[in-house]
Amino acid sequence: MNAPRAPSTRLRLALVAPVLAILILVPAFASTYHTQLLTYGLTFAIAALGLNLLLGYTGLLSFGHSAYFGAGAYAVALLMRYLGVSSMELFLLGGIAFSALLAALFGIVCVRHTRIFFSILTLALSQVLWTLAYKFFWITGGTDGLRVPFSKLTLLGGLVTFPGADAFPRFINVYHSSVLAIFCVCVAVRWVIVISPLGKTLQAIRDNETRASFLGVRIWRYRWLAFVVSGMFTGLAGILWVPLNGLTTPDVLYWPQSGKFVFFAVLGGFRNFFGPVVGAVIFNYLEVYAVAATQYWQLTLGVILIVLVTFLPAGIVGSATRLVEWFKRRKGAPK
Amino acid sequence: MEIVALQVLNSLFYAAVLFLIAAGLSLIFGVMGIVNMAHGSFYALGAYVTAWSVAKAAGVMPPGALFVFLLLGALAVAVIGVVIEPTLIRPFYKRPEEYQLLVTYGLLLSLEDVIHLIWGGTPLTASTLVDYLGLFRIGGLPYPVYNVMMIGVGVAAAIGLWAFVYRTRFGVLLRATAQDRRMASALGIDVGRIYVQAFGLGCFMAGLAGAIVVPSQAAVLGMGVEVLVISFVVVVIGGLGSLEGALVGALIVSALRTITIHFWEEFELAALYLIAAIVLLIRPTGLFGKKT
Repeated sequence: MNAPRAPSTRLRLALVAPVLAILILVPAFASTYHTQLLTYGLTFAIAALGLNLLLGYTGLLSFGHSAYFGAGAYAVALLMRYLGVSSMELFLLGGIAFSALLAALFGIVCVRHTRIFFSILTLALSQVLWTLAYKFFWITGGTDGLRVPFSKLTLLGGLVTFPGADAFPRFINVYHSSVLAIFCVCVAVRWVIVISPLGKTLQAIRDNETRASFLGVRIWRYRWLAFVVSGMFTGLAGILWVPLNGLTTPDVLYWPQSGKFVFFAVLGGFRNFFGPVVGAVIFNYLEVYAVAATQYWQLTLGVILIVLVTFLPAGIVGSATRLVEWFKRRKGAPK
Repeated sequence: MEIVALQVLNSLFYAAVLFLIAAGLSLIFGVMGIVNMAHGSFYALGAYVTAWSVAKAAGVMPPGALFVFLLLGALAVAVIGVVIEPTLIRPFYKRPEEYQLLVTYGLLLSLEDVIHLIWGGTPLTASTLVDYLGLFRIGGLPYPVYNVMMIGVGVAAAIGLWAFVYRTRFGVLLRATAQDRRMASALGIDVGRIYVQAFGLGCFMAGLAGAIVVPSQAAVLGMGVEVLVISFVVVVIGGLGSLEGALVGALIVSALRTITIHFWEEFELAALYLIAAIVLLIRPTGLFGKKT
């Protein structure tokens, strides 16, 4: 499959700058609820960036990324409960280390396989974690989960705290800008990865494994590296998500959560850098409104997914890009 | 000693159900190269159709005649499969595998809610059938006759399927199509028809599994999703696309499950997934899988 031609840098900047401005200004004009919703969307977008390093750029469909998201979330909850940690910086450090370690371990097993076997293996391993969180309830709280109340959280080494129940709107505003800042860093890092020799190598492996190995590329090693980085991004998303949600349950480790991450990528278009990001934010709104509007939201999502993969396999962003190019070509074509 | 006999019977009953599901999954993969993520939902549909029709007919028909609904549930699912394959799945054979997984995943999400929409959230039971056959005693312990009978159904299904695939003309066409679709087509085999039939047969078996489970345990929401992942474990252990593998995988998984539940309940599911991971690590194509 040919990658679509990349739009020019100027066009990209012209698109990214206003979007970023809106994202920064949201708390100024939107309610606490909507700011919170957007922040949820941004954490999911980070997870989508991670998943798509594998799906879009390495050609591996993981159905087990709930493992790393849950690893991040549970790392925070366990650190808080058993070690009394409350600093967000320490959570980030511990959580990312834990999800990286987990991804490194699982990766050794998974990257030896491709295609459907890779998908099933990632799924099976994520389910091991799910059953552990579910069954060892004296440690993990079982189905009740573990609470991570925002009022206990401190940012910037204890400088910013949120005491009292009425601090919630302030917490959301502060948290929104923190997540947004981290999100921007993630986008930048992922962008650098994609255009770096590492990214090009991954894409070469995706497009033709045999040729890449003839060129002397050590396939497994690169796939493993992509797997670990992907897991770290998704773990980071889990860390950021948990104070926002206030609670982590085994559901975040269950495989339909992985299905959601895949949904993000397909909705936005996984052959496009920003596709999964857009997909994650839109999916988040879609899910919230579908759940509120009907108890049959899974049916709604299922039908949307089937229609998408049948008629719009390039996703929202991919299709929009194609449409823009089509217009350009028509304008440029001689009469 | 009686406990061991009881556990062996439990394990065999569970193996019969798992075999039916996994064999269908494997058959569809073997012939069409598609991993059907909605397969568990077909199993759930079979359970719901059977439970619902047994409940409707319970007062009207003699209890012995209610057994016909086990077959009816399976047939209903086969009909749904025959409709779905040409309309939804067929456009995806030439597309990358990701899309094939995704379209069946969309189907899974939809079917889960369709079941909810039709039958609501309360569990359905068909225990009339188990009560009708009564209990027998192993040593001093009672055990339902129904379960033993369904182990027989599982054995019959395994033999029937084997004979069907390896001893009939349809089986020859099926295997030819699985081996080389274009060659089969060039030899004049109607590949489209084989696909519909194979998909229908796979769905029939998933539906039958649901139908024979539902008299002994209730049909609940989410039963399809739960069984899907376990049947993945079965086919991974046995080898995707292999019927023998599905049988051996089902026996291993159900035995392992019975043993872990008995000795270390917390570790039950984790043990299954770990075994699947270990098998994939040592034999990537499963115990009976062919090299691709």
